Amino acid sequence: MPVDLEKLRFGTELIKRGFAKMQKGGVIMDVTNAEQAVIAEEAGAVAVMALHKVPADIRQSGGVARMADPLKIQEIMEAVTIPVMAKCRIGHVAEAKALESLGVDMIDESEVLTPADVFFHIDKRKFIVPFVCGARSLGEACRRIFEGAAMIRTKGEAGTGNVVEAVKHIRLINRAIQELKELDEPSIMEIAERYASAYTRLLSSIREEQGIKRLSKEDVVFEDYTLLEITDGIFKILMEIKEMQRLPVVNFAAGGVATPADAAFMMQLGMDGVFVGSGIFKSSNPPEYAKAIVEAVQHYDDPSVITEVSKGLGEAMKGLDVFKLEESERMQTRGL
Amino acid sequence: MVYKVAVVGVQGDVEEHVLSVRRAFEELGIEGKAVATRKSGVVSESDAVVIPGGESTTISKLIFREGIADEIIQLAKDGKPVMGTCAGLILLSMHGDEQVERTKTKLLGLMDIWVKRNAFGRQRESFQVNVDIKGIGPFDAVFIRAPAITKVGEYVDVLATYKDYIIAAKQENILGLSFHPELTDDTRVHEYFIKMGIDL
Repeated sequence: MPVDLEKLRFGTELIKRGFAKMQKGGVIMDVTNAEQAVIAEEAGAVAVMALHKVPADIRQSGGVARMADPLKIQEIMEAVTIPVMAKCRIGHVAEAKALESLGVDMIDESEVLTPADVFFHIDKRKFIVPFVCGARSLGEACRRIFEGAAMIRTKGEAGTGNVVEAVKHIRLINRAIQELKELDEPSIMEIAERYASAYTRLLSSIREEQGIKRLSKEDVVFEDYTLLEITDGIFKILMEIKEMQRLPVVNFAAGGVATPADAAFMMQLGMDGVFVGSGIFKSSNPPEYAKAIVEAVQHYDDPSVITEVSKGLGEAMKGLDVFKLEESERMQTRGL
Repeated sequence: MVYKVAVVGVQGDVEEHVLSVRRAFEELGIEGKAVATRKSGVVSESDAVVIPGGESTTISKLIFREGIADEIIQLAKDGKPVMGTCAGLILLSMHGDEQVERTKTKLLGLMDIWVKRNAFGRQRESFQVNVDIKGIGPFDAVFIRAPAITKVGEYVDVLATYKDYIIAAKQENILGLSFHPELTDDTRVHEYFIKMGIDL
């Protein structure tokens, strides 16, 4: 059936991925109230992420971290003209629907909050509002893109002020993309099968308990998709990545970016832009930090600018040694 | 001389415009060059300039800080083609709305038009629709948190409308669009823009 062009279309892949493209070359800042949002906007942020607490405080306070109070998010939406994003828990469809109904411009299905589903992420194709998701590897990125994410960000290790994990995830993804170049279609199909196998965890554990070993490609394993459909979908995404030599959606760095030099480094590694979480409002001088990070992203290839904007900035957020974190304290392992 | 189009590359969907301009050159059979720039000195040496979609508040700050804004204004005064899409349209305008005022966004003031930011609403209300553009024809237009033109001065030619809004307009060598032709494979808008600067 030909597409009826006269008809208004909302939430198409082009519109969702297009929104993310408008963020390229920009800095997206975590904010917890209207005043912080205004500071971010004045500093030149392209968008803000409305949160109840920044990741560093989530880490500190412990307990279950959930979607922010819609009233808080609304106050932030009213305070600024730039896009406002908000986080929902991994797999928590009801939180995501609530955020969509509130009218946030993008939803971050985020490992920074406590996951709500150990098996699955949200089927993001069923939403009009675009999603961004974290990834540590090409497999995670491909799965999130298959589920309909319009934007990917590295997970890094949020709330640590330590960039080492973000760098690790960028390197893992970038190198995996390079590797695809030399592979033929059958090898890429094997990779697609492997990446898709993450969707079988629920059904496999049930079948295992029932003593049935076999899982067929025709089995519906996630929402209404069969394993075969998922594998084919991921295969197509991988072929596109092989051809483009980058992800087919906008790819930002996140999780530990604390200083202007950190932000510039992320751009030098080929990222499309940067999320700064706790880095700005946990520093000693948030307005100046915010401006300096925006300038550092714009002039990431000019060391003299990085030097200039870093002078006398005051103290960066304190930060944590990622290697001393207990496994249970690591946010990045949430949501495969 | 190779015809050179500069795309203001400080923030937004810069690469998409560069690729669209390159494809448009191919379609037209013209040898041309498209370059993205984040620094001053490139726009002033170009034959035409594109201001992409992105966040108008961010792009404005950066182009005025870098001196790129003055170069765009000079290029426009020299009669060279200037195109702005979405955020770019806002920056081209002479008359901002309450959002432009509130955020103290500096405009280039090259088109005698009144713009309204986020005229159709937030991202949830973003849409795609077929519109009719004067001199181009039916076009699948993608609107993303799009601005619209609410009023034009007497020397502005209205090229397309949607509902109560003007979504494409031209004032001599300046072309402004609410939507994003650079997000689709259709290069006719970019061809039209190139032809504004070249007699074929």
